[in-house]
Order: sequence, then C-alpha cells, then structure tokens
Amino acid sequence: MEKGSFELKVGLAEMLKGGVIMDVTNAEQAKIAEDAGAVAVMALERIPSDIRKDGGIARMSDPKMIKEIQETVSIPVMAKCRIGHIAEANILEALSIDFIDESEVLTPADEANHVWKHDYKTPFVCGATNLAEALRRIGEGAAMIRTKGEAGTGNVVEAVRHMRTIVSEIKMLTQKRQEELMAIAKEMGAPFHLVELVAKTGKLPVPNFSAGGMATPADAALMMLLGAESVFVGSGIFMSEDPASRAKAIVDATTFYNDPEKLAAISYGLKPGMKGLDMSEIPANERLQDRGW
Amino acid sequence: MQGAFQKHQNMLEELGVNSIAVRYEGDLDKIDGLILPGGESTTITSLLNTHKLWNAINIFVHNKPVFGTCAGAIMLSQSAHDKRVSPFGIMDVEAERNAYGRQIESFSTSINIDNMDLKEFHAVFIRAPRLRILSKDVEILATFNHSPVLVRQGRAIASTFHPELSQNLGIHKWFVNEIKHQKVL
Repeated sequence: MEKGSFELKVGLAEMLKGGVIMDVTNAEQAKIAEDAGAVAVMALERIPSDIRKDGGIARMSDPKMIKEIQETVSIPVMAKCRIGHIAEANILEALSIDFIDESEVLTPADEANHVWKHDYKTPFVCGATNLAEALRRIGEGAAMIRTKGEAGTGNVVEAVRHMRTIVSEIKMLTQKRQEELMAIAKEMGAPFHLVELVAKTGKLPVPNFSAGGMATPADAALMMLLGAESVFVGSGIFMSEDPASRAKAIVDATTFYNDPEKLAAISYGLKPGMKGLDMSEIPANERLQDRGW
Repeated sequence: MQGAFQKHQNMLEELGVNSIAVRYEGDLDKIDGLILPGGESTTITSLLNTHKLWNAINIFVHNKPVFGTCAGAIMLSQSAHDKRVSPFGIMDVEAERNAYGRQIESFSTSINIDNMDLKEFHAVFIRAPRLRILSKDVEILATFNHSPVLVRQGRAIASTFHPELSQNLGIHKWFVNEIKHQKVL
C-alpha cells in the first residue's frame, strides 16, 4: 500500500474537475459554499480583496479556523501557505489539509525559492502566469496548476491573459521538433523533461485550473471556454450582495459553460456583484501576480 | 456533471467505444450504459437536483447498466447517512463517505478481481468511501483489508476506487461487454 504518491495527489485534482473552489473565511461561509455545490473550499483569514485593502503582511490562517471549517464541511478543505514558507506548509500538512496552495496572495516568505513540494504527502496547487512558470512548479512537485490572474480585483482580464498564454505556449511546443526542445527549455527556464512531455502530449501533466478575478457566472464560463478545467473564486462570492445565490450560479455556469441559454437563465436577476478594480488602478508594485517566479 | 468524467471517456475511447458527457435529460436516450464518475457527491447531488436530472437518471439506473466509481458508488447506494447527498438506492449497500480519512490517507494498492480475470489490478483510492453490504444479492468482486471495494448487483457495479486513474482498461472492458450482453437480451 502506498500513500502520498504523485499519482494520488493528481488523483484528487482530477476529482475536482468541472467544479468551483471557493475562498471562505469561516465555518458559516464554508457551509454556504458546500450547500451551493462547491467541490472544495479554500480556508483563509481574509479574502484577497480585503488583503489588498488592508495591506500589511498576509500569512497562513489560524489552525483553529481551519479546524472549524474541516469539522463543518465534508468536501476537501484547502489552505494557503506563503511562497517558500516551509514551516507553514509543514503545519498545514500536520492539520491534514487536503490541498496546500503555495500562494502569491499571501506575502512571500522567500524571494528565491518555492517549497520543494515532492517532500510532502499533501498535494500542492501553485499559481502560474505562463507555461514556464507552470512547469517549474510542477518540477517542484505541484499536483495542480492555476492561473494567478489578479486576485481580489473582480477583474478577469489577468486570468484570461495567463490562461491564453499557457494554452498558446503549449500549442507552440507541440509544433516543435525534438532537437529544438532543449533550446526552448533553456530559453523558457523550465525543466527539459517537462518541456518534452508537454510537446509530446499537448497538455500539462497535471490539471490546469483558473483563479484570480472571477466575479460572475459568465467569468467562470469564459475561463472554462478558454481551457480551464475548474475555477477558483475568491472575493467574487463573499464580496457580493447575495453570496449563496451567486455561489450556486457560478457552480451551475461551470457545468453549463458551453450553453448560452442556460447561462442566460443562470445569470438572470442576480444581486450586484463586487465592484471590482481596473488594472490601471493598481500600482505595479502591488500586483500580486508578480510575486513568485 | 462534475468530476473525473474525461478520464473515463479516454478509457472508453481506447476501447473503441463512443461516449458523451451527460448534461441533459435527452442525453440519456443516446446511451446504452452510464458511468457515474468520481467527484464530490454533494456537488453532483446539487447539480442533479437543480437541473432536474435526478429523476431521469434514477429511471435510467433502474433499467440499464450502470457503473459507479467512488462518489458514483455512493450515488448507487441505499444511503450515505448524509442529507447533503441523495443516492439512487439501486444497490443494497450503505456508504460511509471519506471513510479512510482526508487526502493524506488516500492510497493505492494491488487487488485481485477473480471474476474479471484481473490479477494485481492497481487500485487508486482517493478520499474513498467504505461500503457495508445489506443483502445477499450483492456480489463482492474484490476486497481490500476485508472491506468490499468492487461490488455487483443486477445491472449495476460499483467501485470505491478509481479504475479510470490506473492504466488498466480491464474493468471498463468488462463493463462494456456487460452492456453489449444486456443489449442482446
């Protein structure tokens, strides 16, 4: 019998496909998320839009809050550690968290190194803005990749940019000849064996989800149309005026992303969503997506 | 609706079998057998209820071959003792969700499935349920640590592990043959 293998980590990511993972900050929100049909919840102290507003250092959540959420819901519970914060990752594993998000939404703890994720039995998800970054994280042991987008903005534009970049770079690789791959790997700064694998299969070796800025059912559908296999929704739900209805609508839209009539019905009469931020309103040094490399 | 359906479809494609992802009641008229994939049974229940598919699938699974894996197996049980999940109840088993614990307790192991002539089948258990057998009509096809992990009753089979995550097409091949056999009858 084997536990903690890469196959088992990716296996859980497979089970989350076609679903919505929702940011929650307490047990009550977690319950709303589960009732709405979320496939997993992400336990964090403050949702990204509040982190953005409040400033300061954003850290791993209090284990007490994580425990309360674990006791409330039956779906997988995820939590975030800071980039490169090995001790926070160790603590989350000790809490039997189902998935660890080594996340740029929290303040990075290490500007050079990410966590060596192969050392853990718990699967990790990491953000990426392009294919090379995705492959570096997979090389370190990530079992799921998500676009970074720009968390806490309610603005899907960066998630779209990242997903389109990843998808078109994958396509580009499949058209290359074997002898070109080493030069590409050098240029990209990505592990050669993963570059070669993607060139051969035409897809990432782990599920490719989307996160960062989704606020409406149509945003979720858009990311699915662009090739996302599931979506993470952070501030978009609990910053809106009617979280339960919006959460359910986003779950439904993720299943029926390719059915415009259904999407129209799903989107009909929802109370206002979060206000949102244009990218030009965010100073370059406050962009969360530039954290990590 | 939600879950690892693409992995199942890849396996069926390898076997030369056409498949569709069922999202509408009308889709059920196009198929001879149904696989209920792994995923989250709470999510699957919610989507089936919202989109009025629960009744249609309930009728289908009472009359046609069905194969449930993990969350799909829970959906075929009599009860999961959880009001968030509405199973179809066509197999005389009870399911205990996440019975082995959280993801960190997920495991893989080798099992023998004598009736399908499969030796050392690589079985992948992800936050797996455990089944309790309620009647003699349920045939146990494989066990792990004395717990049933693959069972059959009538036209239905259920596994608590994920054959779609192994490289072995054996169980899918067996299920496809069952569908062909049922069609002839």
